[in-house]
Amino acid sequence: MIGIEHFIVVSAILFVLGVLGIFLNRKNIIVILMAIELILLAVNINLVAFSAFLGDLTGQIFAMFVLTVAAGEAAIGLAILVIYFRSRGTIAVQDANRMKG
Amino acid sequence: MLQTIAFYLFATLVVASAVMVIMSRNPVHSVLWLILSFFNAAGLMVLVGAEFIAMLLVIVYVGAVAVLFLFVVMMLDIDFASMRAGFVRNAPLGIAIALVLLAELVLGIGAYRAGALILGTPDGTAAPLLFESNIESIGALLYSRYLFLFESAGIILLVAMIGAIVLTHRERPAAHRRAHQDIGKQVRRNPKEATFNASPEIGKGIDL
Repeated sequence: MIGIEHFIVVSAILFVLGVLGIFLNRKNIIVILMAIELILLAVNINLVAFSAFLGDLTGQIFAMFVLTVAAGEAAIGLAILVIYFRSRGTIAVQDANRMKG
Repeated sequence: MLQTIAFYLFATLVVASAVMVIMSRNPVHSVLWLILSFFNAAGLMVLVGAEFIAMLLVIVYVGAVAVLFLFVVMMLDIDFASMRAGFVRNAPLGIAIALVLLAELVLGIGAYRAGALILGTPDGTAAPLLFESNIESIGALLYSRYLFLFESAGIILLVAMIGAIVLTHRERPAAHRRAHQDIGKQVRRNPKEATFNASPEIGKGIDL
């Protein structure tokens, strides 16, 4: 019998994989963005599973807003990536030192 | 029983393809694995009866965000070193994934027909299903209680769209601007200046 625990485990594994992806691919900013998408997907699975568990639609509505923000974040992040590549000719994360931070 | 099999299939594949997203060397492959991952997550959501979010996930992610990623990965002229891909070498993997997706579709529809998973019971304080279907209920809730948030989400998307356009818009240098369209100049024209009748004599041209 599948219960809420199974969904929480799946979303926890996905979340951890997303965080791991950020650390494994520290040089490739595109894969980092994809790992962030995985993290947001884990959050969405959790929200939808609890929405079904509690019989409360609010979780699904909130998952929709998370989806909205994730789409906007991907679009803006990739746009910044494109102009960064245009001006520097590279997207290596360790070369991003223009602001001397 | 069918629901259990479907859950384990979707869950295994979503995790496996997430592993491939972060492990594969070529970012193009990462994007393709990400698509598979989102597809399986949509399957998980269909299993608990959240059809609307599942379809939104497929449309927004597989249809828009993943294609955006692919477009950017291919537009940035970066040497990924392992871009060369043998068709024959990759064909078994591709066919296997296609078969798994097909089996998933059949199994998912079967499990949904057999009655979706029921994870728990409402506690009385929740926003319940108002209508028979998930989409109608979400629509009723979204356009009444969450109307302001819904419109704010629209504003966020508008800002993201304008921001992305402004960031990536490139003004061409003056030398290349011969074909530039000046809308004000076009609107200022009137027929009197634009055309006139002339009847030049034979052998003589007219001055423009």
